[in-house]
Amino acid sequence: MEKLGLFACSGCEIGEAVDLSAFEELAEEHGAALNETHPGLCSPEGVARLREVADSGEVDGLLIAACSSREKTREFRLEGCAVERASLREMVAWTHEHGDEDTHMLAEDVVRMGLARLSGRKPAERELETLERTVLVVGGGVAGMQAAIAAADLGHPVQLVEKSGHLGGYAAELALRLPEVPPYDDLHASDSEETVRRVAEHPKIHVRTDCTIASINGQPGQFQVAVEAAGETQEFTAGAIVQATGARPYDAQRIEGFGYGDSPDVITTLELDRMLAEGALRRPSDGEVPQRVLFVQCAGSRDEAHLAYCSAECCGASLRQVATIHRAHPEVECMVVYKDLRAPGQLEHFYEAVQTQPGSLFTRGEVNAVRSNGSEGLEVDLFDSLIGEALTLDADVVVLATGMVPNSADGEAIRAFKDAQVRAETSESESQRATAAETVEELSAHESTEILNLNYRQGPDLPALGYGFSDSHYICFPYETRRTGIYAAGTVRAPMDAAQAGEDGWGAAMKAVQCIRSAERGEAVHPRAGDASIADFELKRCTQCKRCTEECPFGTLNEDEKGTPEYFSERCRRCGICMGACPERIVSFPEYSVDLVATMIKTVEIPDEDEEKPRILAFVCENDALPALDEAARRRLEWNAWVRVIPVRCLGSINTVWVADSLSTGFDGVMMLGCKHGDDYQCHYIKGSELAERRMTNVQETLGRLALEEERLQVTEVARDDFARIPEIFDEFAELIEDIGPNPYKGF
Amino acid sequence: MSSASQRPILVVGGGISGLTAALEAAEAGGEVLLVERAPAIGGRVLRNHKYFPKLCPPACGMEVNIGRLERNPRIRLLANTEVTAASRGSDGWTVTLTSAPEYVNERCTTCHDCSKACPVRLPDPDDLRAESNGNTLPAIRLAGAEAAPRRYFIERSACPPDCRACVEVCKYDAIDLNAAPREETVEVASVVFATGWTPYPLGNLSELGGGRLPNVIANVNMERMASATGPTGGQILRPSDGEAPKRVAFVQCAGSRDVKHLAYCSAICCLASLKQATYVRNALPEAEVTIYYIDRRTPGRNEEMLTEVAAMEGIRLVKGKVGRIEEGPGGGLDLRVEEIEEGRLRQEEADLVVLATGMVPASRDDRLPFGVQLDPDGFALDQPDTGVFVAGVTRRPEDVASSVRDATGAAAKALAAAERSV
Repeated sequence: MEKLGLFACSGCEIGEAVDLSAFEELAEEHGAALNETHPGLCSPEGVARLREVADSGEVDGLLIAACSSREKTREFRLEGCAVERASLREMVAWTHEHGDEDTHMLAEDVVRMGLARLSGRKPAERELETLERTVLVVGGGVAGMQAAIAAADLGHPVQLVEKSGHLGGYAAELALRLPEVPPYDDLHASDSEETVRRVAEHPKIHVRTDCTIASINGQPGQFQVAVEAAGETQEFTAGAIVQATGARPYDAQRIEGFGYGDSPDVITTLELDRMLAEGALRRPSDGEVPQRVLFVQCAGSRDEAHLAYCSAECCGASLRQVATIHRAHPEVECMVVYKDLRAPGQLEHFYEAVQTQPGSLFTRGEVNAVRSNGSEGLEVDLFDSLIGEALTLDADVVVLATGMVPNSADGEAIRAFKDAQVRAETSESESQRATAAETVEELSAHESTEILNLNYRQGPDLPALGYGFSDSHYICFPYETRRTGIYAAGTVRAPMDAAQAGEDGWGAAMKAVQCIRSAERGEAVHPRAGDASIADFELKRCTQCKRCTEECPFGTLNEDEKGTPEYFSERCRRCGICMGACPERIVSFPEYSVDLVATMIKTVEIPDEDEEKPRILAFVCENDALPALDEAARRRLEWNAWVRVIPVRCLGSINTVWVADSLSTGFDGVMMLGCKHGDDYQCHYIKGSELAERRMTNVQETLGRLALEEERLQVTEVARDDFARIPEIFDEFAELIEDIGPNPYKGF
Repeated sequence: MSSASQRPILVVGGGISGLTAALEAAEAGGEVLLVERAPAIGGRVLRNHKYFPKLCPPACGMEVNIGRLERNPRIRLLANTEVTAASRGSDGWTVTLTSAPEYVNERCTTCHDCSKACPVRLPDPDDLRAESNGNTLPAIRLAGAEAAPRRYFIERSACPPDCRACVEVCKYDAIDLNAAPREETVEVASVVFATGWTPYPLGNLSELGGGRLPNVIANVNMERMASATGPTGGQILRPSDGEAPKRVAFVQCAGSRDVKHLAYCSAICCLASLKQATYVRNALPEAEVTIYYIDRRTPGRNEEMLTEVAAMEGIRLVKGKVGRIEEGPGGGLDLRVEEIEEGRLRQEEADLVVLATGMVPASRDDRLPFGVQLDPDGFALDQPDTGVFVAGVTRRPEDVASSVRDATGAAAKALAAAERSV
């Protein structure tokens, strides 16, 4: 930006806190062509004046020095003119003493930094390409079929790839399903056949059965997909991907002591379903109709030795089976032994209906053993926790309600496995080769588990979250994915029942369609939805250190043979973590770059040491910490006037050179306020705050070598609702800096 | 398929489900009209202190969502607005929207001068303490820390006659006490119905002391009390005297899975109480917590939360049904518990009781004029034939992650209907 304009607002106490006429000189210093103040810039009159200036061509960029960038966003969006915001209201007037000298110095720095940010901006225009609209759906079970229907109904062609010879998944094997409409007290006929027909006949859906993915290259809008069917490879292009590869029952053989494999009369939920689908309930050992069927809930579930989680659908499945049995055989006694009967929502009605059927018995307890008693049938030892006694019950058939295991592949683990294999062969020292061999051993379960076969630096599949499910980590954003444009749906994402899996297919298809259309508009997807800028890599300065390719949480970058990053703009979320990672500072965004922020840092006036006015720079995450600061301001909490705030996209985008710049400019301390990391991380970019913490530990060591106190750099976790702590955090750090004394490099 | 020629999708309800549906549809290119009855969107989730199982603040995700909303040119948000009539056309709906008078307009800067000048001091409904200790609210105020749209609103019925204190102090000409209601008729292609839920009334549970004993509160009250933005600034205390409770009891299925009250399971209360038990542990490490339950319903990966909380020192889970709660002689509460595991009746004591009350769908009492079929509990069913799709707790009792999943799917269905009808 070359022709800058500064508009300061005097409303909301800003005019009382700061003498705005003093900005005149400041505007001139920074070459601003225009400097105006207004009593209420966000009013229709104020906005009209801004619009007028923007349209006049007098300026190509405006700094609006008024309220926080989070306020009045629609009013201050001026098409055709670059706009930056300087927060005089929240960061100055509402949080500092009016008319004070320190407050005024702060206000001037806030405006200087704003002007620096504005002048460092570059135009974000780029040419848009025509992209492929097809959605690739992997897996033809309930979730995959619904995803295919959803994408096709939204007008997108669909390629549906199914490994087996037919569509429908496990649900196709059921004649009856759980009630989904009122009064929820009886089973419905399965609609699986109808769904399969709808998919097969849909003009926009191309079904490929007996088919697997050989490779996927590229990015949203441009995925080159190679599939293999009957020994032949075929290729097509897809815009986005839904992975709906489902789950399989936990291997009942592994549950010791429950008689599975010892007696043919101990069967699993799936085996009973298949038996019922064939039309007859029979005791496998002799073909007779059993008198008593005993269901063991949580067989291998909620059990650290097997599956620690709850599979969420087994209680419903057993209720469905009891009701199915009683349709044909009301005389058969069905006993369900459970730890907690989990029938959430409207399923409670069905539980109630099944419970009150004659011939069904529900016992809260824990099964310890199932034994064959020869021709007498089966004996089940259980502790009945309702009556508090150990019991042994007879049963003719025992059904183990086994949980589900996702059909996922952990892309990052596969990558680690393959890397370790290479190291085990090629590492120079014997000990390195031995360590690598151990890793190979540890990760051997991941060998040849590939599903999507992505050609991604960070591995061939989606990363797995807990227990192998390809779920999102976020409560608010269940479809958040670490591989842009690839969304998991159904039981590969999380344990759920068939009805939920179908709905999940719709949700994931929506995200896939949305990703394609966002790419068509040149915009990022969540969380920076609508951001039309992309990163620029100045590759001639790249030293192939591979930090960016390794640290990008979204697998945006590939590497060529030398290790030079290959940037895929449509995989990128614009968080800037690569920018923070790069030691050569070759990564930049048009509106956010290492140079731009460095200029902001250097524009701050640093008082001489004898003025006893230390300066503290605070890099503040704009997602959670900045809103917390704004909320503290709204509550008129006050904090130390030595602090200068620079909002950042993510702590992970902070390049360590900024710390060096700050200290060499004369700042006495540097703070970073960002999201919680660790297992329950709240960083919107997965690991940005964690990376920042790690990088800054290294910087602290460097400070030590420069004879600077490590305490001058502090990383603090701040959540969105931590506003009450903000003054404390700043004030305590200011005290600490005062105690340490001035930065010895000040004035150099 | 250009969005300019498309009639919008109407999303009714600006809670997490409606907001999600609006954002997902608009980011996929759809035009959206988002209507919220209250002065601000955000709904019930913003009244929660944390989400289970991550124990993260709901405002964090809401911040992202409000940012998405503000940046998106394809969403029009109408707060203070209700759907008052709708008629079905050949391939869409003609809808009448009625907006409450806009006493505070878009010129509001949220400077707070009006709140300071307002002479009214209303009791804070979230503050359960006796009035003398409690917080008060001015009649003109911001709906909450994350309020969007970002402007003050007036609880007009609380204004003293002829008072113009706020009008006089406002420097921005943002207040018009004579504003009239507005009505608008819009053509929409499809509808997402996401009006959410209300807590089952405490007063209906008088056998458990609900509405009768001040120290018997609901789970939703505990959320406000534990929250930094709540009436006590996050302190957990006994409403009767403002003291910290030493023994806190959670009563699960209070009015749920019970044909006399709500026959269904609200699906979130077990996890909500486990989460709230951690609030008590953190705020009052010395307090003893007991959770009385029928079944511990913590599906999927939420099982981890059950395992972790059950193992915490000072937290006890007891399978038992609480039948009656009365004030004890020492001012504490006596709980009559049928301890199912032990097979006997027991008397237990507590200083503060939290009733895990269920969710009542708002659709039960207001089905909206779209001819939607309700189930016997008041939950609504999709009407694909007429382009009306249901999301979140309007469809079934469920947690936030499930509501967002539903809402994303509902957005897909509504968008497909809108694009088909162009």
